[in-house]
Amino acid sequence: MSREAQVNLAVVVALVLLPLAAHLMGESYWVTLATRAAVLALAGVGLNIALGQGGLVSLGHAVFFGIGGYSMGILAYHAQTYTPLIESFGLPGTNLMPVIWLVAAISAALAALLIGALSLRTTGVYFIMITLAFGQMFYFFALSWPTYGGEDGLSIYVRNRFPGVNTLAPIQFYGIVIAVLLLALLLSHRLARSPFGLALAAARQVPARVAAVGLDPQRLKLVAFVLSAAVTGLAGALFADLNRFVSPTMFSWHTSGEIMVFVIIGGVGRLMGPVVGAMVFVLLEHLLGGISEYWQIAFGVLLLLIVLFARGGLIGLVAGREKAHG
Amino acid sequence: MTLLSLASVTASYGASQALFGVDLDIREGEVVALLGRNGMGKTTTVKAICRMIPASGSMQFAGQDLMLLPSHRAARLGIGLVPEGRRCFRDLTVAENLICAARPGEWGQAEVETLFPRLAERRGQRAATLSGGEQQMLAIGRALMTNPRLLILDEATEGLAPVIRQEIWAAVARLKSASGLALLVIDKTLKELKAVADRAVVLERGRTVWTGPIAELTPDLSTRYVGV
Repeated sequence: MSREAQVNLAVVVALVLLPLAAHLMGESYWVTLATRAAVLALAGVGLNIALGQGGLVSLGHAVFFGIGGYSMGILAYHAQTYTPLIESFGLPGTNLMPVIWLVAAISAALAALLIGALSLRTTGVYFIMITLAFGQMFYFFALSWPTYGGEDGLSIYVRNRFPGVNTLAPIQFYGIVIAVLLLALLLSHRLARSPFGLALAAARQVPARVAAVGLDPQRLKLVAFVLSAAVTGLAGALFADLNRFVSPTMFSWHTSGEIMVFVIIGGVGRLMGPVVGAMVFVLLEHLLGGISEYWQIAFGVLLLLIVLFARGGLIGLVAGREKAHG
Repeated sequence: MTLLSLASVTASYGASQALFGVDLDIREGEVVALLGRNGMGKTTTVKAICRMIPASGSMQFAGQDLMLLPSHRAARLGIGLVPEGRRCFRDLTVAENLICAARPGEWGQAEVETLFPRLAERRGQRAATLSGGEQQMLAIGRALMTNPRLLILDEATEGLAPVIRQEIWAAVARLKSASGLALLVIDKTLKELKAVADRAVVLERGRTVWTGPIAELTPDLSTRYVGV
């Protein structure tokens, strides 16, 4: 087993056991913190498909996070107020998590298809700017959408249902989130080693050479962007369920930046990079946030150190350079 | 049957014109040597065929107009390229380089590894860590994995040790004898080219100036056009 595989296994064990231990000690606040870290990690796993595997520096992933959040918010709002989602069809809302997740992932994927088809015509700084612009468009749209709370956001009074699980119990909700996160990690791992993932990695390195072997680099990147958005959308739905609240902040460029920063801190392109990054982010937010509202200065220093001295992020620092996996 | 046909092809890099009228025909299963001194337009011709640079004139491959296709669609029609400088995917392993290019057909990873047993030994190794010769074998293998009808080898033996060059030429000879694959070969070593090629096309200043059986390329002609 490679060193990175050992580190990954240790992270998974910590993800499962630490919140369980906190629960057994009656520290449900720490379980909720772990849930927040796991949901953000899921968003990072999504971004890592585009950023780490596809080399797409997207500053607009908050769009998909927000779409996931609003998918949950809108569906749950209509279910709880017994009002139809679409009046003329009498289509009801729902508070069933699997249905909400499906809607969130598909909505985010469709948005990514549109945004990606336009933005992937460009590269480099132009791609970053276009994704950022889309993010701001969605942000201001959500701000000016009074039906679903406008700038005040939308509160959901009861957490949504999952068959056979008491979602109001923090440890049980954490169990759902961790199961989804592990499935997403498995998907990401399998994707990276599939012929598609290998072609995507090749397209990241030498796009013209990929075309010479009959693969369309644009299409490869678009598919990666869409898959990435679907996972981030799913994270958005879970984030909204965790907080029982959605607001335009989910769409803001600040959210996109935060997701990207903790992916970089954990390790871009490394399987567990987003997980470790999200854990560090939430931990620092908790430990330093109580001392000063400017706690992100310390986070910035950490980012600076990682970028300067540990290009593989914290995972790279511990596990070394990524090994070939032939 | 003619597989590739170029007539009066011109191409430019921005304002600088590189091809002024290239004519070239390759039949199925035929090996054609593309000759000329440095800077005469050989690699530019290859790039035009592979649709990597804009070109005008007429280019047909297997009855289809290449001019209308983007690079990846031209490759899917059956044009495999072993580019100058190898250009393997450096961060992928040998096996991954092959797998990501795979298309259905007679050439698979096992067949490529039979052609180049060294690649089987290096299967799990990153392409960046291979020697120049091994990278060249990998570049040929990767192109074969696309199951092309035409394989283009652009300076496939350049900068390699003599023993590795022999291995590459032996593989080219096997490709010629074992399959119906057409080959377009660019190389500076005329002796080896004469052993495998059926015909030669000579370029000078971006134009086709001589075409014929390679056996008819006299020392006078080769000195005049190729410099050897």
